[in-house]
Amino acid sequence: MAEYYSDRSKYDVVIGLEVHVEMSTKTKIFCGCSTAFGAEPNTQTCPVCTGMPGVLPVLNEQVVQNAIAAGLATNCEITQNCKFDRKNYFYPDLPKAFQTSQLYLPICRNGWVEINGDNGKKKVRIHQIHMEEDAGKLSHHDNTGETFIDYNRCGVPLMEIVSEPDMTSATEACAYMEALAAIMSYLGVSDCKLEEGSMRGDINVSIKPKGSSVLGTRTETKNLNSFKAITRAIEWEIDRQIDLLENGEKVVQETRRWDDEKGIGYTMRSKENAHDYRYFPEPDLAPMHISDEWIAEVKAKIPELPQQKQARYLNEWQLSEYDAGMIVRSKALALFCEETVALCNEPKEVVNFLMGDGLRLLNENCLDAKDMPFAPKQLSDLVSLVVKGSINKTTAKAVFEKIFRENIDPIEYVKANNLEMVSDEEELVQMVADVIAANPKSVADYKGGKKAALGFLVGQIMRATKGRANAARVNELIREMLQD
Amino acid sequence: MNIDAKMVDYVAELAKLRLSEEEKLRMGEDLNNILVYMDILNELDTENVQAMTHVFDVNNVFRADEIKASYPREEILKNALAVEDGCFVVPKTVE
Repeated sequence: MAEYYSDRSKYDVVIGLEVHVEMSTKTKIFCGCSTAFGAEPNTQTCPVCTGMPGVLPVLNEQVVQNAIAAGLATNCEITQNCKFDRKNYFYPDLPKAFQTSQLYLPICRNGWVEINGDNGKKKVRIHQIHMEEDAGKLSHHDNTGETFIDYNRCGVPLMEIVSEPDMTSATEACAYMEALAAIMSYLGVSDCKLEEGSMRGDINVSIKPKGSSVLGTRTETKNLNSFKAITRAIEWEIDRQIDLLENGEKVVQETRRWDDEKGIGYTMRSKENAHDYRYFPEPDLAPMHISDEWIAEVKAKIPELPQQKQARYLNEWQLSEYDAGMIVRSKALALFCEETVALCNEPKEVVNFLMGDGLRLLNENCLDAKDMPFAPKQLSDLVSLVVKGSINKTTAKAVFEKIFRENIDPIEYVKANNLEMVSDEEELVQMVADVIAANPKSVADYKGGKKAALGFLVGQIMRATKGRANAARVNELIREMLQD
Repeated sequence: MNIDAKMVDYVAELAKLRLSEEEKLRMGEDLNNILVYMDILNELDTENVQAMTHVFDVNNVFRADEIKASYPREEILKNALAVEDGCFVVPKTVE
């Protein structure tokens, strides 16, 4: 059990999340500017995304398509007649002075995703998913009192996924984010890279006396971009709210920020009227009508999702829930695994290689599973060698590393380096006889009742064969011969 | 709803407008007249009229997800009051 700063036994924690997912479309939501990450400041801008007067935005069809797919994959209803609204506020990250978003008719509503909760599997309900545009990037310079603005990100399509307050701990909040990230990357609608800001979360936290059905006052902490920051910000906020209540004070509904370097949360200084966004229907964009046919078309293209894959691996491959869960976290890894299993039909062996040394080597080399430096055929050949008993586990590990680092062909490599097990029975019998003849003292010890001497003799043969003999078989042979 | 002086101040602040006393009076009158007109519209029987979200009878106006050349940065930055390192520069603003 984790130890907390505050006494949590008297309180229930209630957490809801608003997750912003940047879509991986080629172009922005309302203009043809590229969305590629990392370009020089303001080189991916035009009059539309910098809010020049008189320009006309035109909606990127792929954005709607992606949002429909995201909604279907998270069990949402699709709002077939939907539209955009303007959210008005003045802040330099938004040159139009309004964000084109959806308030009244969000494209998806009433969905859910399943997570591994603190007490087993649970559903986290999704209130809505809406489409909107991202804002520009500000960098504040304290020394000069200036703010620098790069509008490359301005107009990049976003989905905001709003959950119901169904989570009860930081662990569950992270599990929910991970589930969303997996689904969205399987769909190909977002790469969900937290470190590049393509997925970020706002957390709503409140506490209430244990068992109470009345929700406490919630606070919102904005813009968290790592699982570590989410966890720490939630823990901090729970402790803060418990402290307030324990001291007879009240939680104030407010927007807060999290400073991950200092490890503290703080109130956002905001003007009193900042939250009156004066939404109104966006007149520059035509409404959308999403037909049954369109929905059916998108549905037909939805690939097998992580949870379905996991269930299939449990059933068809008899993997453990943990192993199956680890494999499906990355679509690329799952597909690589499937291709390899299709070749050798040895799922457990394949998974062992990929999850053990495979993930370790990927990590060490800062590679993603989609950049796996060898082909499924090589792994399946290696697995076949292991299953046939042609090589032992130690050799197999070494060969796997060779495959990974030097892209060798395992069958050729094993042959060329004489790594195959001594499988010729006559050869093995001869070796055993030689060892027995060469070690009369150990033989006498064994016959005299010193069973440990057997181990020495087996060791001699293993050394002579450089580990390429089957130790169990050698053991048997020695016993048989010494019984005569 | 009646637009009083307080409401005029509030709306002006949200819209970042600095109004003189005389302008505030006129604005209040204008806004009230607009609302009165809404009240007249509200008297119409709309029982059999379908709600609409846009004045034009069009929907699904889309473009394909194809990259078009962006504007030259110098052109875009011509609209900036101050420029440095290819960025628009404004007085420091923290939300």
